[in-house]
Amino acid sequence: MIESDDKQIVSAGKPNLLFRWFDQRTGIDGILRESLDEPIPGGARFAYVFGSALLFIFISQVITGVFLALYYVPSADHAHTTVAYITKEVTSGSFLRSIHAYGSSAMVILLLLHVTQTFLYGSYKGRRELLWLSGCVLFALILCMAFTGYLLPWDQKAYFATAVGTNIAGEVPFIGAWIKSLMRGGVDMGSLTLSRFFVAHVLVVPAAIFAFVAMHVVLFRKSGAAGPISENPDTPTQPPETFYPRQVVIDGIFALVIIAVLALLAHFLPFELGPKANPADTAYLPRPEWYYIPIFQWLKYWPGSLSFLGVVVLPSIVAFLFASLPFLDRRMERRPWKRPVAVGTYVFILLALFGLGMVSYRGDHANPGYAAQLIAQEKASQEFMKRPFEPELSQATLVSANAALADPVAAQGAKLYQAQSCNACHGENGSGTAAGPALVGINGRLSANQLSASLKSPSAKMIAGGMSPSDLPAVDLTALVAYLESLK
Amino acid sequence: MPEPQIITSTTANTPSRRSYVGWLIGLCTAGVSAVLALPLVRFLIYPLTAKTTETKWSDVGAAGEFALLTTPVQRSVIVEQLDGWRKTVSEKIVYVTKDGSGQLQVLSAICPHLGCSVQWTGAKKEFGCPCHGATFSTDGKCTGGPSPRGMDSLESAVQSDRLVVHYRYFRQLVPDKQVIG
Repeated sequence: MIESDDKQIVSAGKPNLLFRWFDQRTGIDGILRESLDEPIPGGARFAYVFGSALLFIFISQVITGVFLALYYVPSADHAHTTVAYITKEVTSGSFLRSIHAYGSSAMVILLLLHVTQTFLYGSYKGRRELLWLSGCVLFALILCMAFTGYLLPWDQKAYFATAVGTNIAGEVPFIGAWIKSLMRGGVDMGSLTLSRFFVAHVLVVPAAIFAFVAMHVVLFRKSGAAGPISENPDTPTQPPETFYPRQVVIDGIFALVIIAVLALLAHFLPFELGPKANPADTAYLPRPEWYYIPIFQWLKYWPGSLSFLGVVVLPSIVAFLFASLPFLDRRMERRPWKRPVAVGTYVFILLALFGLGMVSYRGDHANPGYAAQLIAQEKASQEFMKRPFEPELSQATLVSANAALADPVAAQGAKLYQAQSCNACHGENGSGTAAGPALVGINGRLSANQLSASLKSPSAKMIAGGMSPSDLPAVDLTALVAYLESLK
Repeated sequence: MPEPQIITSTTANTPSRRSYVGWLIGLCTAGVSAVLALPLVRFLIYPLTAKTTETKWSDVGAAGEFALLTTPVQRSVIVEQLDGWRKTVSEKIVYVTKDGSGQLQVLSAICPHLGCSVQWTGAKKEFGCPCHGATFSTDGKCTGGPSPRGMDSLESAVQSDRLVVHYRYFRQLVPDKQVIG
C-alpha cells in the first residue's frame, strides 16, 4: 500500500516547502507518482514511443492551430486571403503553417507506426478490447481531422480534393446523397461547407479526440502496459521498470527528433498555398493528400454498379475485422511468427495500400495529359507563392470601383454626390439616414428626366427636409442623375 | 498467480539520482519550449510591430500645378486604407490652398461641425458648408457659423514633384483636431 504522505518528496531531492503546500491542497504528489510510476513489464523500449509521440504531435497541432486561428477567417471569400496573409505577411506565419500542415502528415505516419507496433506485438490481447476499440475511434478521428483541415485554405487543391471526397461519401447506397449534402451543407460545395468543416476541425473533432485520448490512457493504465512479445498479456511476470525516467527520456528524445524534422521541413520547404479555388475550372485534376492516394486508386477499379462492393462492402469488412480483432483473436500467443493469419492479413493490406499508392503515382506520370496538367497545377501554385501579398478589397471599395468601371458618367456623378454633401442627409451610396430617405432604387420610381426636374425644383416636402434647388450646370446634373439612377 | 511487482519510487533509483535526472529533463524541456515558443510569440505580436491598420499617402497632383495658386482648388484623391488583410479604396474630396505664410496646404472637405462636404464659393471668396451655414476663409480658418474649429488641414508633402497628402478622419463637434482614423 503506497502512502504518499509518508514518502519522501523526491522531485527536488529534499523536502520542498512550496511543493508540500501544493500537494496538501491538490494531492499532486500522488497523481505524479501514479502517472510516472507506470510499470512497464520488461523495461523501457524504443518500440513503445509511438503512442506518446502521437500525443505530443497532437498537442503541437492544437497549439499551432490556435495560433493560426488568430488570423484565419473561415468564410469562402476570406479564407484564402487570410491564409495568404499568414504565409506571406505575418512573422513566422509560413513557418507555423508549415509545422501544422506537415504535422498532419506526421500524425498519419505515427498513427501507422503505432498501430503496426501494437498489432505486431499483439498488445490488443488480454482484456484490452476496449483499449483497442478506443484506439480505432481515435484512428478514425485523426483521419477526420486530416480531411476537414485540408479544405480550410480554400485553394484549388483543397476545394477539388474535398469535392471528390464528398462525392465518394455520396456513393454509399440509400443514405449516400443525404450524407454528402450533410457534409457539404447543401447540394454543392460552398460557404456552408467551409463553415461545417471548420466547426468539425476546430471544435467538435478535437473535443472528441481529447475525450477518447483520456479514455485510451485510462484503459491502458488499467490493463497495464503489455510489454514485450515474450510477456504474458494477462498476467505479466517480467520485472517491470517505471515509466519515469527511462521511457520518459526515450519518448522525449523521439519527440525532439520529430520536432526537429518538422522544423527543418517547415524552414527549408515551406508548405505551399495554391491559387484561390475556382469552382468553374473544369480542367483541374484533383488529387488528395498522400495518405488518401491508395484509397483514391482503389476506387478506380470499381466503376459504376460495382462501386457499392468496392467502396462500401469491402472496406467495411476490413474495418470490422480490424476493430473486432481482440474479440476474434482470443489466443494469448503474441509472437508474430506464430500468428500467420492475423499478421499475414495485416502485412498484406499494408503492402497493398503501399502498392496502390505507387500504381497511382506511376499512372499519373505515365499518362501525358495527366502529367502535364499536374505539372501546370504545381507551377500555378509556385507562381502564386512568388507573388507579393494582395489585400482583399473591402465591399465599400467594390461599389465605387464598379461604378467607375461601368459608366464614367455615373462615376463622375458619384464624386459630385460627395462634393455636394448629398451624403450628409441621404447617406453613403444613397443608403439613407434619419435626415433623408434612401435613394437606392430610385430608378424604379423616377425616370432620369423626372429626377433631374425634381432636383432643380424640389417638392415642398423635400424643401421642408432641407433640400435646396440644385444650381449644378447641365453636364454635372446629368452625371449626378446617372449616378442616382444606377444605385441598387 | 503472482502479483506483479510494482517498483515504488523509494525502492528504485535513489532519490538524488532521480531528482538529478528530473532536473535535467525539466531543463531540456524548458529549453526546447523556449526555442519553440519564439516563432509563436513573434507570430502573436506581429500587429504590434507591423503597421496593420494604416492609411497610405495619396497623390493629389503635380506640384507645379499648385505653385501659382491664388484661389483654393478642389481635388479628389484616392485613399487606400489597410486593415490587416483587407484594403478599402475610396475617393475623397480635398482642397489645395495656400495658408497665411504662402505655403501649400491641403484641407479636408469634411466640415468639422457635423461632417457635410464644405463648398468653395468663388463669388464670396470663402468656404461655406451648405448644411448649417458654417463659413471659412481661404486658408480654412473659421469665420462664422456653428463649426467648433477651422477646416482640418491634412499632412502633405512634395515627393518627386508630386503633391502627396496623408488623408485622415477627424472627430466632429470638438474644438481641437483629433484623428479618429
